[in-house]
Amino acid sequence: MALLEIRNLHVNVEGNEILKGLDLTIEPGKVHAIMGPNGGGKSTLAKALVGDEAYEITEGEVLFNGQDLLEMDPEERAREGVFLGFQYPVEIPGVSNTYFLKAAVNAIRKHHGHDEIDAMEFLELVRERARRVKLDEGLLQRPVNEGFSGGEKKRNEIFHMSVLEPKIGILDETDSGLDIDALRTVSDGVNAMRSDDRSFLVITHYQRLLQYIVPDVVHVLMNGRIVKTGGKELAHELESQGYEGFEENAA
Amino acid sequence: MSASTETIERFTNKGYEAGFVTDIEQDTVEPGLNEDVIRFISAKKNEPEWMLEWRLEAYRNWLTMPEPDWQYVHYDPIDFQAISYFSAPKSDADRPESLDDIDPEIKATYDKLGIPLHEQEMLAGVAVDAVFDSVSVATSYKDKLAEQGIIFCSMSEAIQDHPELVKKYLGTVIPRNDNFFAALNSAVFTDGSFVYIPKGVRCPMELSTYFRINAANTGQFERTLIIAEDSSYVSYLEGCTAPMRDENQLHAAVVELVALDNAEIKYSTVQNWYPGNAEGKGGIYNFVTKRGVCEGDNSKISWTQVETGSAITWKYPSVVMRGDNSVGEFYSVAVTRLRQQADTGTKMIHLGKNTRSTIVSKGISAQEGQQVYRGLVRIAPTASNARNYSQCDSMLMGSECGAHTFPYLDVNNTTAQLEHEATTSKIGEDQILYCLSRGIAEEDAVSLIVNGFCKEVFRELPMEFAVEAQKLLEITLEDSVG
Repeated sequence: MALLEIRNLHVNVEGNEILKGLDLTIEPGKVHAIMGPNGGGKSTLAKALVGDEAYEITEGEVLFNGQDLLEMDPEERAREGVFLGFQYPVEIPGVSNTYFLKAAVNAIRKHHGHDEIDAMEFLELVRERARRVKLDEGLLQRPVNEGFSGGEKKRNEIFHMSVLEPKIGILDETDSGLDIDALRTVSDGVNAMRSDDRSFLVITHYQRLLQYIVPDVVHVLMNGRIVKTGGKELAHELESQGYEGFEENAA
Repeated sequence: MSASTETIERFTNKGYEAGFVTDIEQDTVEPGLNEDVIRFISAKKNEPEWMLEWRLEAYRNWLTMPEPDWQYVHYDPIDFQAISYFSAPKSDADRPESLDDIDPEIKATYDKLGIPLHEQEMLAGVAVDAVFDSVSVATSYKDKLAEQGIIFCSMSEAIQDHPELVKKYLGTVIPRNDNFFAALNSAVFTDGSFVYIPKGVRCPMELSTYFRINAANTGQFERTLIIAEDSSYVSYLEGCTAPMRDENQLHAAVVELVALDNAEIKYSTVQNWYPGNAEGKGGIYNFVTKRGVCEGDNSKISWTQVETGSAITWKYPSVVMRGDNSVGEFYSVAVTRLRQQADTGTKMIHLGKNTRSTIVSKGISAQEGQQVYRGLVRIAPTASNARNYSQCDSMLMGSECGAHTFPYLDVNNTTAQLEHEATTSKIGEDQILYCLSRGIAEEDAVSLIVNGFCKEVFRELPMEFAVEAQKLLEITLEDSVG
């Protein structure tokens, strides 16, 4: 069974149709990359999958692990194992990063009928995962994303993902604003999490990220539809030829 | 997280939890205000002649004063002749000796509010002087405090038992003609707390009073006076709830604090009077005058307030820093939702040298709530090297609420240093989505975000009070977003 199956997805944002019948199937353990020009619908897909109310689903269906994802509330989706690494992570003043994550971990555990995590166990977990993405330990006690640099925010997203251990990690332009070292660390963090039962949907403009997170499948998203699907070599092709050649397919 | 989820679930659809009425025979004076009513109150409380004269003088002042209209709140004119100015439980004559003696119904009222006195005594080590309507019905720990010479009693008792202290300090911080509502209070105040901490004594426990309005149409006019002698310390907690009513109820309290050399007074309030319903009907009119004077050198007065209730709030807890090196602080969280209106803030008056003041104000507006921060920082010519730091943050939930800031600065000494920071933010849909996308439920997300916003104020509250305040905010703001 596919982990994520999207069929004929139509999404409106402020009355404009952005996704116009998108189909996408992701098998467990696979890394899919979605590339495409601005305004093609990449971020819309990510937001629609986590249940942002501003994104109105007008048609289509999404199955996650065989369940109707669109019927679930956003927090339920997260608890079932959908994670979105935001393109622009928000700041939450006064709420420490660790406290926030503990609330998330316990909400997810409760959903699965587990007890709250032991405080010491949790502390060890976050420290270990912070090291994995080279997140400064000082940022654990700081308010969520407040005063973080652009790179620190992105790193923090990957850190959250590695603590929450989702079934699918959707990364929305995680590479934007990262220097080459940060890009490598973030990629290492993602690669360390790759496993047979965890999938990733990596949304990016640039082929650069895909040198570090090597995808199994690459899609081109334009004008609200997937216009081409291929292997990792498709990313190279795009890099050298641009998106122009796909315009006709999309029309 | 799960604990707060349970709390929220427990309170879902319950409306205003504290809204119930206890049936006790009241000994109530007919509505209206004149010198006879004041004589009645004074006689009822068996007051000495000087006290009556003091009240009458205040009343005559009040008659000549206009009701203030500069505040940014709107309400129908108050008919002061339609209010009854005295109400006391009948058992007043034979005052209970211990908590076991208090009216079981009164006890049950507190139990419903989740503040059983006996438990508080045992668990929290808090001495409670509970004001039920206008007469204190239970005072605890008095003996233990008395061992150290601390006086903690009702104002009525203080007038009987410690007239010299009352005479010396009453009205010295807030004169009888200070403002319209303070003058009214001075004329008709019924009860309140009196605290005296002798020289060099550190009060061993938090002193606490729970206020309640019970009788319909009975305004509550609390009068509290706290005196901290040289090198003493006291932390005082005030918490309020009121039962649900359709008529507006007037509340005009006066609180005076006096800190002598090296003394420190910490005054914390959680105010949860009935805010009225969604149509703006009912709710308490809360016109309060609170002021402390740092009379002595190196003294400190700190106000911390969490204001979630009342239909209208008009309140500016202030500090006059007369002593050199004295310190004034004001930490405030105010919430307005439904059709609540609050015009609140502080005044920091610097008179002595090297005086320092801090203002941290956090305003949260939801639904159709309107909120004003109004703050005055005055540096007198005598106040060399005075410093002030002000921070006023507003959070808006939804698009029909409002936040307004009116800071006043009056600086008359060039050596002063003042800093003012202000922000207004909207509780972001994106912040909520961020929490949701990590698995955190919406009501938990709101309380997380709001508590984070208020953190700098909450950490000034005594521990148990801080927990209570957080819970109160969660309950108050549930359903305010989305």
